[in-house]
Order: sequence, then C-alpha cells, then structure tokens
Amino acid sequence: MAELSAARTGIPSAEEILAPSPRSLLRRRIFHHWGLILGGAILAAIVLMALLAPFVSPFDPYDQQLGRKLIPPIWHASVKATWIHPLGTDHLGRDYLTRLLYGAQISLLIGVSAMIISGVIGTTIGVLAGYFGGRVDMIVTFIITTRLSMPVVLVALAVVSIIGSSLTVVIWVLGLLIWDRFAVVMRSATQQVRVREFIIAAQAVGCSIPRILFTEIAPNVANHLIVVATLEMAHAILLEAALSFLGLGVQPPTPSWGLMISEAKGLMFFDPWLISIPGVALFLLVLSINMLGDGLRDVTAPENRS
Amino acid sequence: MSDRVLTVEDLKVSLPVPAGKLRAVQGVSFHVDRGETLCIVGESGCGKTLTALAVMDLLPSKARRLATRLELEGKELSDIGERAIADIRGNRMAMIFQEPMTSLNPAYTIGNQLEEALLRHRRIGRKQARERALYLLDRVGIPSAEIRLKQYPHQLSGGLRQRVMIAMALMCGPALILADEPTTALDVTIQAQILHLLAELQREFAMGLVLITHDLGIVARIATRVAVMYAGQIVETGTAEAIFSAPAHPYTCGLLACIPVPGKTQRGHKLGTIPGMVPSLIGDKHGCRFAGRCPFVIAACGESEVLLEAGGGPGQLVRCIRHTEIAGLTARSPEAVAL
Amino acid sequence: MSALTTSKAVYTGPIVEARRIVRSFSVSRGLFKRARTLRAVDGVNLSIRPGEVVALVGESGSGKTTLARMLLGLLPPSSGEIRIGGQASATLARRQIAALVQPVFQDPYSSLNPRKSIGSIIALPLRAQQDEEPATWRSRVEEMMDRVGLARRLYDNFPSQLSGGQRQRVAIARALINQPRLVICDEPTSALDVSVQSQILNLLEDLRRDMGLTYLLISHNLAVVEHMATRVAVMYLGRIVEEAETAALFHAPKHPYSQALLQSVLTPEPGLGVPDTQLGAAYPDPLAIPSGCRFHPRCVRVMPRCRTEVPPPVGMSTAMVECHLYDTPFQPKAPA
Repeated sequence: MAELSAARTGIPSAEEILAPSPRSLLRRRIFHHWGLILGGAILAAIVLMALLAPFVSPFDPYDQQLGRKLIPPIWHASVKATWIHPLGTDHLGRDYLTRLLYGAQISLLIGVSAMIISGVIGTTIGVLAGYFGGRVDMIVTFIITTRLSMPVVLVALAVVSIIGSSLTVVIWVLGLLIWDRFAVVMRSATQQVRVREFIIAAQAVGCSIPRILFTEIAPNVANHLIVVATLEMAHAILLEAALSFLGLGVQPPTPSWGLMISEAKGLMFFDPWLISIPGVALFLLVLSINMLGDGLRDVTAPENRS
Repeated sequence: MSDRVLTVEDLKVSLPVPAGKLRAVQGVSFHVDRGETLCIVGESGCGKTLTALAVMDLLPSKARRLATRLELEGKELSDIGERAIADIRGNRMAMIFQEPMTSLNPAYTIGNQLEEALLRHRRIGRKQARERALYLLDRVGIPSAEIRLKQYPHQLSGGLRQRVMIAMALMCGPALILADEPTTALDVTIQAQILHLLAELQREFAMGLVLITHDLGIVARIATRVAVMYAGQIVETGTAEAIFSAPAHPYTCGLLACIPVPGKTQRGHKLGTIPGMVPSLIGDKHGCRFAGRCPFVIAACGESEVLLEAGGGPGQLVRCIRHTEIAGLTARSPEAVAL
Repeated sequence: MSALTTSKAVYTGPIVEARRIVRSFSVSRGLFKRARTLRAVDGVNLSIRPGEVVALVGESGSGKTTLARMLLGLLPPSSGEIRIGGQASATLARRQIAALVQPVFQDPYSSLNPRKSIGSIIALPLRAQQDEEPATWRSRVEEMMDRVGLARRLYDNFPSQLSGGQRQRVAIARALINQPRLVICDEPTSALDVSVQSQILNLLEDLRRDMGLTYLLISHNLAVVEHMATRVAVMYLGRIVEEAETAALFHAPKHPYSQALLQSVLTPEPGLGVPDTQLGAAYPDPLAIPSGCRFHPRCVRVMPRCRTEVPPPVGMSTAMVECHLYDTPFQPKAPA
C-alpha cells in the first residue's frame, strides 16, 4: 500500500522515523524535572532509613535510660554530647536517632495504609459515578458532599476519644475520612475519558463493563490516581502527627514524630532539639512527598501527551 | 489610493521545538489588491495559518518572524512595534477564525463586543457605535438584530456566531480581511451561505480578502487568485481559472485528483492518491520538499533549492523544474496525473 | 467458529432494519424549570440490505449520530423496533450485535485508546468476543494490518506515534477483524487531509469488495457520497425526508432541503461562484421542532399547508420523499 513506499530520493520518509514512544517521552520529562527527582530522592532516603532502622541503630527505641536523659545532639557545644547518641536523648533517656528512625516507620506505615484505604474507597465510588452517571452519580455526589461538610480533625478526635486510640484505630479513622479527594478527582477524570470515542468503540465491540473499566478506562486515569495518592499520603501523615500531638493518636511510648513533638513541648526552650529534630523530619517527609506529587502531575499532565 | 492592500515578500516563520528549529513558513510572498480574493490552500502542517498569524502579528511568543516586505496599504508593518500594530489590528485589517465560540468572549454580550471593536479605534460615542453594529448585523443577515445585541454568544448557533464574527471584522471598515478556515466547523448549507455573504461583502466594501482553507471546492468558487502551499512554501500560484484547468505543480495535480467530483469522477474508479506523508519541517533542507512523494521526481529534484518561477499560464508561478512537461501532460489529460 | 457465525451466513434479509424508531432525551434546564424533550430521532424507517452502501446525509441537529448509535445497539430506541440480522435488537446480547455491526468513527485521535498498543487495540474485538484461539490472535491482527495497509512493525507502537491516516486504518482494522456484516462509517474521513482521505476511501471500497461488506456511510460530504453510495437517505431534524438511489438523487433531488444541500456542494470548478440557497437564517433546533413540515421555516417553496400538516411519506419504487409538493392535492387527510 502506498503509505509504505520508501523514499525514492533516499531520504527516509517521515513515517519511517516514528515519533518517540510515550514511554521514552515520559522518561525524558522525568529526568528533566528537578522537583520530581529531588522529592523522589529525599523520600527514597527516608524510606530506606525506615527500613534499615533495626540494623542501623544499636539502641531500642523503648529502652529508657534515665541516667542518660537529655543528652544534647552532637552539634551542640556541650561536654555531654557524644557520638554514642548523635542526635542526643530525650527526657526518658531514649536514643533520639533510634526514635527518629522508628518514627519514620510509623509515619510511612500510617501514610501508606491510610492512603490505600481511602484510595480504594474514593476511587471505587468516583469511577463508578463517573462511568455510570445518572442516579449513581447523584448518590455518590451526595455522599461526597456530606463527607466534605464534616470537619475531619474534629470527627477523628471524636471517634478516637470514644473508641480509644491506637495505631490501627488511627489508620482506619484516617482511611475512612480522607477519601474525598480521590472520589472527586477520579470521578472527574473518568467522566472525561468516558465520552471519548474509544470507549464507545469498546462498547460497540462488545466489551463487558468490567473489561471496559479495567482495561480501557483505568490506564487513562491512572496518572490522576498516582498524583492524588501521593498528596493524600502527605495529608494522612500530617493528620496523624496532629492527632498524636493532641494525645489522641498513637499512644506513648510508640515513637511517632507527632508524639515526640508533643512530649517535647514542655522542654521546648531548654532542650530545643527535642522538638526541632522530629519537626524537621516531618517537614522533610511531607515536603518530599508533595514535590514528588507535583512533579508527577507536571510530568503526566495532558498537555504533555500528544 | 493604490489598489494594492497587502504585500508580503519573503516571509519566514520559525519556531523552536525540542528537536530543533521548525521552519514553518519558508520564504512566502504574495499580494492582495482591493476587491480581490486570494485563497491560500494547503493541507495541515503546510504553514498557511501561521502565515496569516504572521501578517497580523499574532504568532505565539516563541515564534520568530522575518520578512523583506510586509506592507499594508503601503505601510511597512514588520518594525513598527506593539502599540502601532495593535492600532492597525481590527482597524485596517481584521481576522476571522475557524471556531467562533472561542473567538467571542462568552462573558460579554454581542452588542458589547461589537461596539468595543469600533470604540477601540474611533473617537465616537457609544450610540453611534451601536448604530453601526445594528447596521452590520442586519447586513450580514442576522434577523432581529436589536434583540441579538443583548444576547450572549452561547445563545446563538454556530452559523450565526460566524456571521457575528464577520460583522465584528467589518466594524471599522478594514481594507483587508484574513479568514482562517471560516467555514470548516459549519454545516454544508451554512457554509455556502457564509461564503456567499463574504463574497458579497467583499465586493460591496471593496476589501481585499485572504481566505485560508484546505477545501479546493471553496477555492474554486470564491478565489480570484490561488496560492498552493506545501511544507512551508508556496508551490504554485495563479488565477483560479488557470490553477484548476491547467495545474502545473505535481502537488496541485495530485490534490485535484484526490477529490471526487459529482458528475465527473467515475463511480467504481479509484480516487487519485498522494502516497507518503509531509516531510518534517525541522532543520535545514534543500531540494524540492515534494520530491519524496512526487511521481515525476528525477535526481535533479533533490540537488538544490527550487525557485518559484513563471510557468503555466500568464501570471502563474510554479516551483518545479519539470513544470513545462507536466503542464503539457495535464492540459492533454488531467487523469494522467492521477497517482 | 461459533454458532452465531453460521447463522450469519444463512440469513439473507436486510442486515439492519429500523421501523418507526424514535429516540428522545430529556434535557434539564436547571433545578426549577421543567425539562424539555429533545427528539433526536423522530420516526425513522430504514432498511439496509447486504451489499449496499447506504449514505445517511444530514447536518447538525439531524439526528444521524443518534441513529447510528441505535443501529449499533448502543442506545435503545424510545419507541419502535430495530431488527439486526433478522432478530429484534432488544433480544440480542451486546456481543451478538457486535459480531454483526461495527463502527468506524470520525476522529482518529480519540477513537483509539492512547495507552494501548496498536496490536492490542486491533485485537480487542477478539478478546471481547472471547474468541477461542488466542494463539492465532497475533497472526490474525498482522494479517488485518496488511490488509489495511499498516506496516507490521507498528504492532507495538502507540497511537500517538502514528499519523491521522494510519490511525484511521487502525480503526478500520479493529472494526473488520471479526468480519462483521455491516460497518457504520461515521464521517470516516472528515478529520483527515484531502490526500489522506482519498487513500482511506479507496481502502474502504477495496475492503468492501474483498470482504463482501455492507456500509452505512454517514457523511456531510456529498461528493464522497456520490462517489461511494448506492442509496442515499437525507435526514432533517430527526426524520428521513428523502431517500433515493444515488444517481436519481443527484440528478433530480425532490425535497427542497435535498436541493439546497446539493446546491451547497462546492465542486472544484472555477467560475461558478457560490450559489445563494435562500435558506434564511433560521437553524434547525431539535428542541423546538417546527409544526407541520419541519423544514417549512427555511423552505423556499413553502405553502400554507406546510405550516400545519405533517407531510406523509410518498413512495415511488425505491425512492421516498416527505414533502407536500409531491402529495396528491385531493388526498383525504389521514387520521392523526
């Protein structure tokens, strides 16, 4: 057929030099986006620290050594500072570096779990509302509006104070509360894909609805999902820190960063490192997740797709 | 006052793209006189829209424009600066776009937008502007013009919106109108009406009209002169009569062979085709841009730049080194060129 | 091959038959206003026989897209019956309809899933029909790619890497891989360049002959219609106002709308100018269908009775027209 004819003049015809594939374009965009790389690197470092926590530090985060309490970190010009406790110890003599590393585990665990729970809930109802429209959409929109009119922190506090707080409770409470952005974004993304002709073609071809949802719609809304997931993970981490700070999140002696901040607030002016170290860690974690999320959104934005 | 409204000489437009420099328009020259319609015809990617945007100075910010001459009513445009060109745009020359919904502001009434178009350029009262708006709405065939003035763009159909666009372009009585695919988004019957209207108005107001389109049918019916563009260059230009009865460039011949003509094209017969695709406009090229798809290509075609030179009928220019042989062929039997 | 395909071969009546189908939509105008009814298709009778190329011609508001969706089995009619392959469409499963009728859409940029490879897109019908021999899929896809003129090496590429013409070929391959009987082409070349249009039209014609296909061609490009169609149905505001063999329609269109349409076709013949069709500035709005003959506000030859009486279909051999100009004057008024 005509279109395949090789150039008669020896110049390769335009169709023989194909445009770069979407994957290679994506790779190129990723490597040019410094926010994405930086955020990703910091997050990877924190994850690594969390995973290696038991191996890096010789101390137990719960081990109280009252004879060694309030040793300042290594950069303080104090005679008590020592390399045995590079980040000092807290008011109960527990090694701060160890608690920081284990705290990373808690934050990440909560972030990821709450993100998964809320993601599953929000994405399911969002996609169904976007695909089916009509009555399903009306019901889902009503549910979302109801949820949005609830103040998350107050509800979380109320639930936790009734049921009692623990790691599991915190994860589930957060997961059941922060699904709204998933639902809103996925509903909108699904609606946009739903009206494109390849979906109608898939219907005309005889595809069943599950097949359409999973193989035709899902790949086209996945990038939205990834972006919202990173942002909600940061959201969950901050919420947990807030709850723990208020005493209604994770209970002592679990090394949650929010709890560490809370325990240190009385000593804020005398031993400021007790607050600043977990504070900075929290800030870095959330910052890196947000940078990663922003970067992912830029890199997968529709304008970048031909 | 001289008849010549627009003179463009050696217009070049380039855009920086990740892969290099995209030479979208490569040395295009043409002119338009009062009362004359020049149709620039070509397929997607040939550079025709960017040519019009270059004349109006509405190119994207990254684009670079160069021209030896770019004169509107004898006045040079390429170096006069932002403010001066803004004074001319909408005033001495106006543009009509393809999609009227995006060119009309949905937040303002039709009347408001029409009056603004005039008040921006003339020191007159709003009442007079309104009268002119009414007159033009009526002239472009919009019934109940009084009511329309108070309506918003979304309340009108596509055909009516395009008529409003035409009225808006006429508000200041320009000498030149550039219309970029003004009817492509419209139904066939509405298209005919709009084109009929444009032709009438052009005669009545003695304006120059540059109509950009990919539709050869429109070109044949409305053009005084035609410029065929391919890969950023004009490959053939001449009167409509000449181009359609004796096309001299293989691309023009190929295009004409592609179109089914009721009553002429044999049913069951294959339509002509042009094999291959438009070449990339990025980077430096030499030789004929159409060589890769041309049925008449010879080795010499790829060697050096082909210039636009006289060929075919009087006033006709062709960019092909073999145009004399081809013109002879097509005059004898147009189907011979069907690929 | 499944039992369905053998039954495909036995049935020789019209592939698709639409009888008095109506499709209306309820358009809400806000919380407090009553919803209006949009009658997109308002009583259409159409029958497509094997081997034909029926063209459906109409402009915006004519309902041709809605009609196509109904004939594809994607939208049920509000009233009336559609028979596909001799059986009522309401009784057929989506898959059975898909095996008989397939679409090719206008926009090659949105009719292919951007996240899937060409091979995967073309194989989708095989997957959806749960075709029993997955091992043969790749070779069947490649064969189909050869047939539509796509290089086999494009199998793993993505739509964004292909040109408009190539994408349309992919859409055609996808439509034909399961060998349907009827292909509904909805403006298959309108979004393509002229030089690519002719390639695709030639391809469609070749495939029709080679594979014994039947086409319903929806197009506003009357030149293409004249070239390809055997029969033409002109739609206006939800009804077919004229139906005739192609040659007859182009030679002597009866309905004033058909006449205006044909006059509006701008052939590349210089010196003829642009005709004034005298249709006026009114535009067809399916939300506000005129009384009597729905074309009367724009009709050059309007008569008083056109405003009040709906013109009945007048049939003449293989043709039909709904216009008072062709009614016999003393026909008793039909009961409403």
